Amino acid sequence: MKVTLRIKRFDPDKDAKPYWAEYTVEASPVDRLLDALNTIKWTIDGTLTFRRSCAHGVCGSDAMRINGRNRLACKVLIRDVGEKVTVEPMLGFPVIKDLVVDMDPFFRKYESVKPYLITYDNEPGTERLQSPEERARYDEGTKCILCGACTGSCPSIWGNPDWVGPAAIVNAHRFIFDSRDQGTAERLAILGQRNGVWRCRTIFNCSDACPRGIPVTDLIEQVKRAIVYGDRNID
Amino acid sequence: MWSWLLHRVTGLAVLLFLLVHIVDIGLLSFGPDVYNEGIALFSTGIVRVISLGLIASVLYHAFNGVRIILIDFWPRGARYQGIMFAVVMIITILCFLPMAYFVVAPIFQPGTSAVALPM
Repeated sequence: MKVTLRIKRFDPDKDAKPYWAEYTVEASPVDRLLDALNTIKWTIDGTLTFRRSCAHGVCGSDAMRINGRNRLACKVLIRDVGEKVTVEPMLGFPVIKDLVVDMDPFFRKYESVKPYLITYDNEPGTERLQSPEERARYDEGTKCILCGACTGSCPSIWGNPDWVGPAAIVNAHRFIFDSRDQGTAERLAILGQRNGVWRCRTIFNCSDACPRGIPVTDLIEQVKRAIVYGDRNID
Repeated sequence: MWSWLLHRVTGLAVLLFLLVHIVDIGLLSFGPDVYNEGIALFSTGIVRVISLGLIASVLYHAFNGVRIILIDFWPRGARYQGIMFAVVMIITILCFLPMAYFVVAPIFQPGTSAVALPM
């Protein structure tokens, strides 16, 4: 089938502002949108710029705004988007070129919530053991691939780029609710600040956008309650 | 997203009415005649129709406010937000219909309104 892609393009060296370009390519209904983008890049216009790496929904490189919703181009099938597709860079990020956005602020926010194991006891000498129930407590957060689809879909981020954003909170949640971790208090102190969890207005765009099916808003609400009650075992 | 956007818009609409309400209650300080004349505006056709927007706004904002409280404080609230949004819409419409009837009906039956229009 013929598929027409309407792509928002921008080259900072040539263009004063972004413009829409249309490309029509041959694609199978079970092709992924990424295949259509590759067809354009390889056979029509080599200057079309977008990130992709594994092309199997694991690396998180090709998150973009597809028909108004943040999706991974490698997970969206042509039959799901129809014959006319609109592709834009994600909102809420500075655009570098075409569909490539600047992820640096995103990763700085990610680092700000200390997304690593913090312990103050002496090292145990053996593994840090954990029951299946304790592991299940933070399972959802471990699925995050840091693609930025949730953060780029959030109206709170569009309005205030300084907000820490859903992706960072999901990764904080992954350690806050880990029984082996001892950094809960410091992470909750960071997230209890003005640009912490409280700018989440439970809009649920992030939960809709997540290509890994993480209930993002649910995890953010758990962190909010942990701050309010001062107890991560409250839920 | 629509639940949030509607919540914002209806919140602003209710705030706008609050400002109007301060003015119409404030007319009391100019005596009963001025107040009665001002408040009679609320029984005119146009203001009755606008009042429908106010009723819908207050109802939606109130019920969705309960939904947001449940999302925040009920551990399973975020999981049931979609169902709760549907329930909010249904309750809003069910409450709106009878109230809308009593507000709009006098337009079509002049003279039966509780407040007669002093012309």
